[in-house]
Amino acid sequence: MSKDLTCIVCPRGCRLHIDDDLNVTGNSCPRGAQYAKDELTNPKRMITSIVRVKNRENCMASVKTSVSIPKGKIFDILKEIEKVSVNAPTHIGDVVIKDVLGTGSDIIITKEIK
Amino acid sequence: MLNKDLVIIGGGSAGMAAAIEAKKNGVDDILILEKDSVLGGILNQCIHNGFGLTEFKEELTGPEYLQRFVKQVEELGIEYRCDALVLDVTKDKVVTYSNAEDGVVSLQAKAIVFATGCYERGAGAIQIPGDRCAGIITAGTAQKYLNIHGFLAGKRIVILGSGDIGLIMARRMTLEGAKVLCVSEIMPYSNGLNRNIAQCLTDYDIPLYLSRSVSKVVGKHGRVEKVILSAVDDKMKFIPGTEMEFECDTLLLSIGLIPYVSLLDKIKAEMSSTRGAKVNDYFETSIPGVFACGNCLHVHDVVDFVTDEGRDAGKGAAKYIKGLVEKNTTILVKPGDGISYVIPQTITNKNADSITFKFRVRRPIQNVFVTFEDNGNEIAKFVRPVLIPSEMVMLKLNQAQLAKIESGEITVSIKERK
Repeated sequence: MSKDLTCIVCPRGCRLHIDDDLNVTGNSCPRGAQYAKDELTNPKRMITSIVRVKNRENCMASVKTSVSIPKGKIFDILKEIEKVSVNAPTHIGDVVIKDVLGTGSDIIITKEIK
Repeated sequence: MLNKDLVIIGGGSAGMAAAIEAKKNGVDDILILEKDSVLGGILNQCIHNGFGLTEFKEELTGPEYLQRFVKQVEELGIEYRCDALVLDVTKDKVVTYSNAEDGVVSLQAKAIVFATGCYERGAGAIQIPGDRCAGIITAGTAQKYLNIHGFLAGKRIVILGSGDIGLIMARRMTLEGAKVLCVSEIMPYSNGLNRNIAQCLTDYDIPLYLSRSVSKVVGKHGRVEKVILSAVDDKMKFIPGTEMEFECDTLLLSIGLIPYVSLLDKIKAEMSSTRGAKVNDYFETSIPGVFACGNCLHVHDVVDFVTDEGRDAGKGAAKYIKGLVEKNTTILVKPGDGISYVIPQTITNKNADSITFKFRVRRPIQNVFVTFEDNGNEIAKFVRPVLIPSEMVMLKLNQAQLAKIESGEITVSIKERK
């Protein structure tokens, strides 16, 4: 099960190697080691997307998951996000979906729209 | 005519940072002119995360990152105009802009900071063979359509160019329901961050073809129907017999960014190989009192560095306005072996505490020295295990190292470690 992978924790993009006993090499920080372990056991991603702003013309507000979510649920979560629309003004941190699909992550607004 | 101490052209990351820093350095009479309807520049459409790791030690999305600076601009009471297009700038620092409320306005500035960003190379720049049909669009335009306005540019996509915008858009369009067939890169290596190849392509099984480019676009009925990719040899010529066909409706182009400098060109500021203006250690162009920073100076890979450069230019402009600029020398900084450009191009203050030099290498290299030489005499030497063109390098010379410079020219070069 040992694996070579590129770290996505920060733009540095370290080349990581993880062996069967979950020993990580190639990382520059502890977050990289944790990333490699998660990637083998339970890969997670932050997701960003958009929701429609009803009271503005051709206008979308950006959203993100408040914490990273299981990789396998990305497209199910996007379907939930697609059902949502909001009204301006929007504020960073506004919750549009609480605990999306029971993942423990909220979907929150990331853009100020006046 | 109205007077302003400092006019900043462009209210994106570089412009806002320059304004905030100038204000903190005692310049009160500042005006930011922004052509879009909101401050923030390109970050408004960069809704993905990964911004702010250097600046804030946390990972933010583009709109969150820019909002932190909008907040500071507002708290510091810095004046700004949106929907304000700068029409003209003169060597004597008269700035003319138009805006629906103000009409056409001319201002006499003591100093100007250009923070006008960059633009995308389009289809015309690389003479793509084949039909001239709809469905060929730059990745940044597709990003704006999708993230700001909610329109998907196409359903079956081929992306040419593996720069970060192309990679980010491969993921974005996949997430919003399009099928991205592949990313094609003419170079033998990607110009994007490793991390973006992993999380934007590998995660969604999107293939990346290196040393391959578009040899033909087919679109007989008004819209792209097919894109043909061919392998290229080491002279960038298509190799017959290597064609791959993709049925698609859209070709996204992510083939490079160019500093936006038409007004700097007009006032005949000296230009460099970055296609931005040449600047000195205060980020001042060859025209006294006219400064440049951010992507209109050289295209950056990380916004945090744009912010930092904006601050430096804002500091330089504040010194100029207050008559505190110290110039005691003219030392040219030249890119040597293996280096495509170095900023700043001139050192004017040898007594500075330190000067940071920014540069890029021409091709990926490993295990090298970066040397600063004055007439063959080594002033400073840095060891670097890996350097790649897509990552800007920053190295600082301290006062003692600067003091070693005797001639009027230094050269920054890459040397192999034996």
